[in-house]
Order: sequence, then structure tokens, then C-alpha cells
Amino acid sequence: MSALSVVLSDARLVAVRDLRIEARSRVVVEQVLPFAVTVLVLFGFALDADHRALRNFAPGLFWVTILFSSLLAVQRSSSLEAVDGTETLLRMSGISPLGRYLGQSFALLIQLLVLEAVLVGGLTVLYGVEVEKWLLLAATGVVAGVAVAAAGTLYGALSSGLGERQTTLLPILVLPVLAPVLIGATRAFDDALGAAAVDGWAWTGLLTVVALILIVVGALAYGALVED
Amino acid sequence: MVELRAAIALLGRFPALSGVDLTIHAGETVLLRGPNGAGKTTLLHLCAGLLRPESGEVRVLGHDLTDSTDRRSVRRRVALLGHATGLYDDLTVKENLRFWARAAGLSSIDADSRIDDARSRLVVPGRLLDQPVHTLSAGQRRRTSIAALLVRRPELWLLDEPHAGLDQSGRDLVDSLIVEAVAAGGTVVVSSHELERVAALSPRVVTLVGGAVREVQVQKGDDA
Repeated sequence: MSALSVVLSDARLVAVRDLRIEARSRVVVEQVLPFAVTVLVLFGFALDADHRALRNFAPGLFWVTILFSSLLAVQRSSSLEAVDGTETLLRMSGISPLGRYLGQSFALLIQLLVLEAVLVGGLTVLYGVEVEKWLLLAATGVVAGVAVAAAGTLYGALSSGLGERQTTLLPILVLPVLAPVLIGATRAFDDALGAAAVDGWAWTGLLTVVALILIVVGALAYGALVED
Repeated sequence: MVELRAAIALLGRFPALSGVDLTIHAGETVLLRGPNGAGKTTLLHLCAGLLRPESGEVRVLGHDLTDSTDRRSVRRRVALLGHATGLYDDLTVKENLRFWARAAGLSSIDADSRIDDARSRLVVPGRLLDQPVHTLSAGQRRRTSIAALLVRRPELWLLDEPHAGLDQSGRDLVDSLIVEAVAAGGTVVVSSHELERVAALSPRVVTLVGGAVREVQVQKGDDA
């Protein structure tokens, strides 16, 4: 087997493991999703149910909610790598660190996409938002999801590697890194939801560059974090 | 097989091993003993390639463990049974065993055949295979954990209190697995407080105190 096929095979193994565990434990569905919907509702209360204001601010509120909720999903995902001695066995198994990184990121991406889909429904129901450009919305959701998953997997490994006392460091570490994703995805959603006259595809292009940088940095750094 | 010369290892900033000299030959069974905090677990982790020696020389299976690439190569050929089970609670026994077999690079067919073999050797009932790990007793989890190592067929076994959490039949089973591993050409290092039980299987007993080898006893009738 070539090095690439070994990495892809390992990535598939890890992704299937994570998605299977999520399907059984339903942590994202029963804990992260309700949290995200609650945050959307609370934003509605805070803005006094003013539908015009909610529609204008919906893109930003959506991505802030996604980022906060993704922290829970990232923490859950990184905890799977360290439960009951599995971290040691993973290091002993010969599974490639790059395969681990890609598999974990992919499984996290799938969970984030489900979260995004439910929250888009929440925007239309709770805020009265109408989607004007579905393709732009979907492309932005996927690219931003890739960026969040790539950074989340890396920083999740970093914060769990710092030990029990540092587990609350994840938000402080990862949110500044995701600030460009928040800005780019919000601008692209402004266009997709008709909240502002901007070139959404240009912002999605910029997001793609950010996502690629985060994937490359994550792929290079993850091995050093988890292997030694 | 395992060669340590003046090996020093740190846990954080604190020295856990201070100048260990030890040679373990292929096909040997060695018992590590010593009080809590003597450095037994650290020594096993060092031999497993999980720790970088701070100084000194550590060679395992022909690899120099001061080199990170060599440490990774060694890890794939070594099995470490520690205090934790290394199992995913939400996966079934079979899914756990398959995951670790595939992670070791086995094909799907090879993985299944080795899982069957490990299951029968460890007397894990077939009905348990489809049960999630969180429904198992501590002893059943321990057996599953050992089965996950068996499917890899390692050259060097590092066993840290392998009898812990097992009933009498489980303990006997671990003993027979140690004998089988050595008969198959493997090398076994056991850290245990069950001295009589393991000493019966180990020609050499190494006593660690304060991170250093205090004494190496060779049992009568063995010329190793």
C-alpha cells in the first residue's frame, strides 16, 4: 500500500469510529444541538423579537452560535482520543498521525454540517429569514465547517494534551484563530441571506484560503502534538 | 531485544528512572518488582517508546529510542497492557477489537480471523461480542483489552499488573498467555506485585527501588 492509501485508510477508520460513537451516544444531537438552538432563541430575546434587526444580524448571530457550539463538539471529539487509555494505544497502534487528524476532522465536519443545517432552519423559523442564494449558503457552510473542524481538531488535541487542569483553555486558544472564519462566513451569509449587498463568493474564496491554511498547519502540527 | 545503559527518564521535571542498566534477551520473561513509585511503569513506558530517554542509551528491538522515528517503529511491534483498558465504551466488543486490529494495519479478513483466535484463547463468550463495552464487568473489560493486544501479535509484551481485576480463571489465563508468548518467540516483561505467581514464570526478577535497579535475581535452574 502506498503512503497515501495508508493515510486515507487510517482516516476512514478513525472517522467511522467517531461517527459510530456519536450515533450511539448522541451527544451532538441531544446536547450540542439543543444548546445551539437555545443560544439562537436567547439572541432573539436579547434583540426584543425585532424581526428586522434579527434578519439584519442573523448571519453574525448564526456564526457566533456555530462557533460556540462547535467548542462543545470539538471538546467531545478530542475526549474520544483520550478515553480510558486509548491515547496510549493509538500511539502504539501504528496508525498514522495524519490519518488520525484527517479522520477526526472529517467526523467533526459531518457533525458541524448537521448543526449548521438545523440552525439554518432555526433562522428561518425564529428570525423569519429567507435564503436568497442557496448555493452560496451551502458552499460557505461547507468551507467554514472545514476550517472550524481543521482548527478544532488541532487545538482540541493541544488542550487535551495540556492535562486536566488546562481543559478550559480550548475557547481561548481556538476562538482567536477562528476570527477570520467568523468574519468571512458572516459576510458570505450576508449575501446569501440578503442581509447586505456584498460579494459573497469573494468572501467564500477567502474562506477557502483560510481553510486550506488551517488544514496544512493542522496536518503538519498534529503529529508532533500526539506522537511525542 | 531490550538494552538500557545508564538510562535516565523524567516525568515532568522529576526523575523517574535514574541510571538504569538492564539487558533483556529475546525469548526471556522478566519480572519487575519494587514498591510503588519505584519506576516500574516508567520503565515499561520507556521500553514501549512512549517516553524519550533524557540521557543514556535505550535500544529496543534494534532501535535507538533517543530517535523519534525509531520510537514510532518500536511502538508498532510492542504491546503494552497498562492500568487502563484502551476501549471505547460506546462501541461493542467486536467493534473495539476490529478497530485496534485495523489500526495495526491488518486487512479485514486477517482482523476477523485473529479476533476469533484471540476470543477463543481468552474464553470471551460469543454473546459478548455484540455488547457495548460499557455493559461489561471489569474482568470482561480486562479480557477484551488483552484480546485487543493479542490480535496484533507483538514481539515484545510489556505487562503492567496484568492480573489486576481478573478472577482466578482470568489470572490463570494470563499466565498461560505469557507462557505461549514466550514459546512463540516473544519476550515478556511483567511488572507485578503478585511475586509468587509471576516469579514461577520468570527466570529473572529485577528489583527497582527509587528509579534504579537494586538487584537482579536469576532463579535456580536457569542459565540466562
